[in-house]
Amino acid sequence: MSRPAIYGLLAEFHSADAIVEAAHDVHAAGYRKLDAYTPYPIEELIEALHIGRSRVPRIVLAGGITGLLAGWGLQYWSSVIEYPLNIGGRPLNSWPAFIVPSFETTVLFSALAAVVGMLALSGLPQPYHPVFNVPGFALASQNRFFICVEATDPRFDREGTREFLKGLGAVEVTEVAH
Amino acid sequence: MSREHVPAVPDTLRRRAGGTVAPRYWKSLEELKETPAFLELLRREFPEQASVFEDPRGRREFLTLMGASLALGGLTACTKQPEERIVPYVRQPEQLVPGRPLFFASAVAHDGYARGVLVESHEGRPTKVEGNPDHPMSLGGTDVFGQAHVLGLYDPDRAKSVLFAGQERTWAQFRAAAREALGRQKPGQGAGLRILTGRVTSPALTAQIQAILAEYPAARWVSWEPADRDAARAGAVMAFGEAVEPQPRLHRADVVLSLEADFVASHPASLRLVREFTSRRKVDPEKPEMNRLYVVEGSPSLTGASADHRLALRSSEIEGFARALAAALGLGVEGGVPHPWVEPLAADLRRAGARALVLAGETQPAALHAIAHAINEALGAVGTTVTYTAAAEAQPGGERAALAELVREMTAGSVEVLLLLDVNPVYAAPADIGFAEALDKVALRIHHGLYLDETAERCHWHLPAAHPLESWSDARAADGTVSIVQPLIAPLYDGRSPHEVLAVFGARPEQKGYDIVRNHWKEKLGESGFEKRWNRALHDGIVAGTALPEKAVRVRGGEWTKAPSRAASPMPSGLEIAFRTDPAVHDGRFANLGWLQELPKPLTKLTWGNAALVSPRTAQALGGFRVEQTARGHVTEVIELRYRGRSIKAPVWILPGHPDGAVTVHLGHGRSRAGRVGSGVGFNAYAIRTNDAPWFGDALEVVPTGETTRIACTQDHWTIEQPEHVQAEARHVVRAATLAEFAADPHVIRRAGHEPEPGLSLYPEHRYEGRAWGMAIDMSACVGCNACVTACQAENNIPVVGKDQVGRGREMHWIRIDRYYQGPSESPETVHQPVLCMHCENAPCEVVCPVAATVHSEEGLNEMVYNRCVGTRYCSNNCPYKVRRFNFLLYQDWTTPTFKMMRNPEVTVRSRGVMEKCTYCVQRISRARIDAKNERREIRDGDIVTACEAACPAQAIVFGDVNDPESRVAKLKAGARNYALLTELQTRPRTSYLAALRNPNTEIPSPREEGGHG
Amino acid sequence: MASTHHVEQPVVGPGHTFVTVTDKIASIVLQKKTPLGWFFGFAISFSVLMMLLATLTWLVAKGVGIWGVNVPVGWGFDIINFVWWIGIGHAGTLISAILLLLRQQWRMSINRFAEAMTLFAVACAALYPIFHMGRPWVGAYWLFPYPNTMGLWPNFRSPLIFDVFAVGTYATVSLLFWYVGMVPDLATLRDRAQNRGAKILYGVFALGWRGSARHWNNYETAYLILAALSTPLVVSVHSVVSLDFSVGIVPGWHATIFPPYFVAGAIYAGFAMVLILAIPLRWAYGLQDFVTMRHIENMAKVMLATGLVVGYGYMMEAFTAWYSGNTYEKFLLVNRALGPYSWAYWSLILCNVVVINTLWVKSLRTNVPYLFFVSLVVSVGMWLERFVIIVMSLHRDFLPSSWGNYRGTVFDWSTFIGTLGLFATLFFLFIRFLPAISIFEMRTLLPGAQPREGKA
Repeated sequence: MSRPAIYGLLAEFHSADAIVEAAHDVHAAGYRKLDAYTPYPIEELIEALHIGRSRVPRIVLAGGITGLLAGWGLQYWSSVIEYPLNIGGRPLNSWPAFIVPSFETTVLFSALAAVVGMLALSGLPQPYHPVFNVPGFALASQNRFFICVEATDPRFDREGTREFLKGLGAVEVTEVAH
Repeated sequence: MSREHVPAVPDTLRRRAGGTVAPRYWKSLEELKETPAFLELLRREFPEQASVFEDPRGRREFLTLMGASLALGGLTACTKQPEERIVPYVRQPEQLVPGRPLFFASAVAHDGYARGVLVESHEGRPTKVEGNPDHPMSLGGTDVFGQAHVLGLYDPDRAKSVLFAGQERTWAQFRAAAREALGRQKPGQGAGLRILTGRVTSPALTAQIQAILAEYPAARWVSWEPADRDAARAGAVMAFGEAVEPQPRLHRADVVLSLEADFVASHPASLRLVREFTSRRKVDPEKPEMNRLYVVEGSPSLTGASADHRLALRSSEIEGFARALAAALGLGVEGGVPHPWVEPLAADLRRAGARALVLAGETQPAALHAIAHAINEALGAVGTTVTYTAAAEAQPGGERAALAELVREMTAGSVEVLLLLDVNPVYAAPADIGFAEALDKVALRIHHGLYLDETAERCHWHLPAAHPLESWSDARAADGTVSIVQPLIAPLYDGRSPHEVLAVFGARPEQKGYDIVRNHWKEKLGESGFEKRWNRALHDGIVAGTALPEKAVRVRGGEWTKAPSRAASPMPSGLEIAFRTDPAVHDGRFANLGWLQELPKPLTKLTWGNAALVSPRTAQALGGFRVEQTARGHVTEVIELRYRGRSIKAPVWILPGHPDGAVTVHLGHGRSRAGRVGSGVGFNAYAIRTNDAPWFGDALEVVPTGETTRIACTQDHWTIEQPEHVQAEARHVVRAATLAEFAADPHVIRRAGHEPEPGLSLYPEHRYEGRAWGMAIDMSACVGCNACVTACQAENNIPVVGKDQVGRGREMHWIRIDRYYQGPSESPETVHQPVLCMHCENAPCEVVCPVAATVHSEEGLNEMVYNRCVGTRYCSNNCPYKVRRFNFLLYQDWTTPTFKMMRNPEVTVRSRGVMEKCTYCVQRISRARIDAKNERREIRDGDIVTACEAACPAQAIVFGDVNDPESRVAKLKAGARNYALLTELQTRPRTSYLAALRNPNTEIPSPREEGGHG
Repeated sequence: MASTHHVEQPVVGPGHTFVTVTDKIASIVLQKKTPLGWFFGFAISFSVLMMLLATLTWLVAKGVGIWGVNVPVGWGFDIINFVWWIGIGHAGTLISAILLLLRQQWRMSINRFAEAMTLFAVACAALYPIFHMGRPWVGAYWLFPYPNTMGLWPNFRSPLIFDVFAVGTYATVSLLFWYVGMVPDLATLRDRAQNRGAKILYGVFALGWRGSARHWNNYETAYLILAALSTPLVVSVHSVVSLDFSVGIVPGWHATIFPPYFVAGAIYAGFAMVLILAIPLRWAYGLQDFVTMRHIENMAKVMLATGLVVGYGYMMEAFTAWYSGNTYEKFLLVNRALGPYSWAYWSLILCNVVVINTLWVKSLRTNVPYLFFVSLVVSVGMWLERFVIIVMSLHRDFLPSSWGNYRGTVFDWSTFIGTLGLFATLFFLFIRFLPAISIFEMRTLLPGAQPREGKA
């Protein structure tokens, strides 16, 4: 399909209450290609937009299991199979001692998975994004709240949607260039 | 083996060392020679060394500068075999296999008396001295001095060229000068010619001197040692009318009384005597019996430490005691001073009868020797526990008198030519005869010696001596047995042997030492079959049938039976001073050998210097000296010793078991021109020693100075406080019992500690199939002589770290001898415990090493992988025996060329930052394994002898396979005296100890009852 | 706790809005003129850091022999300082992670620089294991399990290897935690920065953060998980460090009580250090509204609590020594109380047991200068604790023949003081160039930040 003229419409709000309310209505109105920008996390907003639970935990679990196996495997392989040595009369497989490093590798891999997963799922790092073109958007990281309806949404209509957003009490609605 | 076999390897070495480097060094030597700095080095002592030697790094830099240039001067010649045929001590086909050491039989003389040695030679470089089992005065054992001869050979401070007034000359120039001087002596029949030597037992040398005296009848020969035996000789003359040498047979003696006779450490036959004595103390539970030793002495000695009963009397009081004893034994001897010991002691001696023996110490007056002889005869001991032979030396006794006479002549100016052969009287002569001043009156003074020492400094000519390992000679042992001294290596520098120097004064000035010695024996042994006998002698290290014959002598009465006037006043005025030779540097001749300077002296455990030793009570009486242990060594007070108008300053050291009211000082320190290592270490006790009272004297004054000084002591100074031995006993470190206790219940030893029942560990036990190396050390036999320590240092390339580092607790010895006292500090019992790596089966050190740098071998060795070590020191922290040693700094000398030649090529030279420790001489294990493989056989028990085991004169250390029930070590470990250190820790050490047993006489109150706990 | 908010003082001063909060914190970095004091302090700490550099150079050139270590005392200042720093490095993660999970909102104004402090302390600590080695040039990498030509691997039974893993993991996770927590604030700085250079720099590290609801969704989850991971981690790290000793057989080391008692000690020392930093900081930058008396007092309470645990640890050591009847342990007790280093033991008791108990008194607990003093005392006390454990246990262990003494040399001191310089330098740079307090978290604490209930 042909690329729309603009990226979408950005509606600015001044309070958490306002934006949460607006988000409900926008979603109710059937808009799906939506996003909201706030200076700090707001649980209700995430519910309002029906974003759903994050998939980070699953990635972390995978990372943790990998770490455990890698840690234990390394120790067992190197001290029992690869280069067996009699150290202080201890058995080659001194499993009680191996617990500690295994634990640490588990935590390490999990933590790395958590961060990498979080960034990947959020599409970060992402140096350029159309919303940055809106002058006022800088305040999104300080004290303003925004909802963006993207032009690719089937129900999107440059004029209609603008009016609709205004109706929701947006302080200002601006077009977002690509 | 003739030289053709050898040079291959040495040449390459020489090329490596010399090829590129030598020329440059030579050049720099030429340059240096003219610089004032260099002349300083040669002619004057270096006061700054006193400070520099404290810092091993500083010392090293100095060596890099001077040592390298000078030593390499000789290096070009140094790895040649001597040209003459010398015979290796091998039973295998007789050729040199590169990488395989050869052993040559030779002998080293100590105070003149020979001790047979086997010298290990790697590609023509002597690297290690072992005892010669075939030699009657070694029996395979060695002492610290014997071991240190290797270092002496390679000492970069040795004199390197003929000097006249500090200017280099050639031997030819010297010969010319000497012949010219002799020419002037001829008319006067040599009236102005004097020869001063040390104690001479060498038949060849004696013959040479006799020849000279024959040619110059008016000339005289004086032989003198700082450690004289005049009293012993005079005593023999008193008793028998001739200066015979008593030959003790300790293995036959059930009861031995030593009247200050330190036969363990300072007796010409000590190696043999230790073997004989300890052979009667290795008690096995089947027939529990052992000899008994009483010691009465004026200064704590190793002999006293081995005694069952030790009585600390001041040296001057011992004669009175002996007279009382003689009287009690029914001899008509007067002047006895009663003592509670006398009766029971006399009874015990009487009971033993012919199997008793009384020994008199060389530090005691002649009369006491006579009394001892009389008692032995009365007991019927002569022929059983002692025999008599002629003295081994050419001029027995009268050394001090002769020296004094010589000084008188010199002062009178009647001495025109004085030849000093390997003696250092300017340093060591008694202070009151003024040798140095007299020496300056001699017109021509010629000094021959290994070092540019105090005497050389005052002589016109200095002739560098060839080291015993570089020269041909011969020498008699205490029993007269002759050994031929073979050179192991051509002289490193331009040195010549005394034979060659004397030759200059004889008929054939240029005769080689080899010819002199060989010709002498050709005459003695006769032409027929000489070659065979000569080779045999070289091979065995002894000339068969040269032991002196027994002499039948009878004691005859005389003045000595009468009470001496002195004995009338039992309590002499003031304090008493006792002089002793130093256990480490002897009379001072070894002062420049780092191994010996750093050797923890028996009992005191002092290194790098001497101290004024006093008893705890005397210390109190003198104002309670403070000895404070710091992290940089012990800080102790300095006292001034005022004695007969002279005085010296000395650090005070409190020594348990020292008789009250007396002070002991060790000779041999405070050298001003020993070399870079030995100069300025300690204080010079000769400075107050007088000729009439060489070993002890009264009217000593002690004046506190208020100064303090640092002393480097390797074992904590807790011995006189309770904590250490209380702790030691609570920890079952030392387990001891009396013979009676042990006989009553052999398990008394095992029960003394907590033996954990097996299977306590969480982990399954590790099984050792096949060979399992282990060691057993018999503390009843160990006399604490330190031979093992030095042997280990020589075998394993262990560096010397210097006084400062020792003070900081960083000494590197792989084996140390822990000394523990039991009982009251006035009269404690002493136990020596050699501690080396225990090679624990459950080694705590291995578990904590992060990089697996210390791991276990199949055969149970605790192996140290130097390459892998990163130096966390965790292993040392976790070692309960603290046997690990760490290279905190760069201790090893990597620069001095001669030291490179000295090192054992089979042992890694460790560098900075790595941990090291005893390896059970793994290199010797490998050698034995290879031999066994080549011969398609198993390793036999006794094939592997560790360096410490080999050196031990008491055979207290036994190494072997503990899995082989027939091995000596397995048998010992099975015995009832066997126990291990800190067993409760479950470390399962492979090294174990046999408890120390004593055989006290119940009629004599022992320290145990007197006070203090057992 | 949340229920008791009304009785307690607020965690943010009155009259603050999104704007004021953002301004106040961000301006420290962006607009405000850097105070002279900063330059002064930075200059001093930087020169001390240079001293550290010189010392370590000499150390590598000559060998660890320039320190006071010897046989039997193979570890001295090096490991004492290692454990000391690691201990200090605990408060940060603890505050961020555990207090987060416990929903302790007051943590928000202090967690950022507490985390920074953690990182810097761990950095200082990490120097010691490397430089205490005889051969750091090989040790630095032989301790890691990497395939090598020697075919050799580390000995995984050694507590020192445990350390490598534990400290390594801890440093990495703390760094992630700290950075992730900062991303939204970096975005704020990016959007506020006037100077283009700063804009780009902050922009790069902000990763293009837009505060999108989706971002926040993943972000919150990940952050919570990191907290959940750090909690066992922070407990494990000092337990592992304590294994360096309790795995050894040295009397005074071989004790099962060590892990909990080390962890308590770590939190104890950590909070002391947080106070040492927070008190001057809030004064210098006028942050009293964000780091309020309530924070200060809460931290004092945590110190008191952990201090008591530590005191209990000392008690148990003494008790077991006496109760076990073990010769070596008994002697250890005597030696601590009466031996040559008894001064260290008794000053330790004074610092960590006597002084801390004055915090029972509210007036003292809320007296800022006094609290600052107590924190210093605690830091000294915790250093002495490690001295007592390491040096006093080693200097007289099993064989009386091998007893010795230990004393730090001038190089021991210059290394120790040097790492203090490193720590201070890093901290000065941090407060100058990064938001010392989490801005977006502060916002959530403001009135009206959360939507009214009953919506939707």
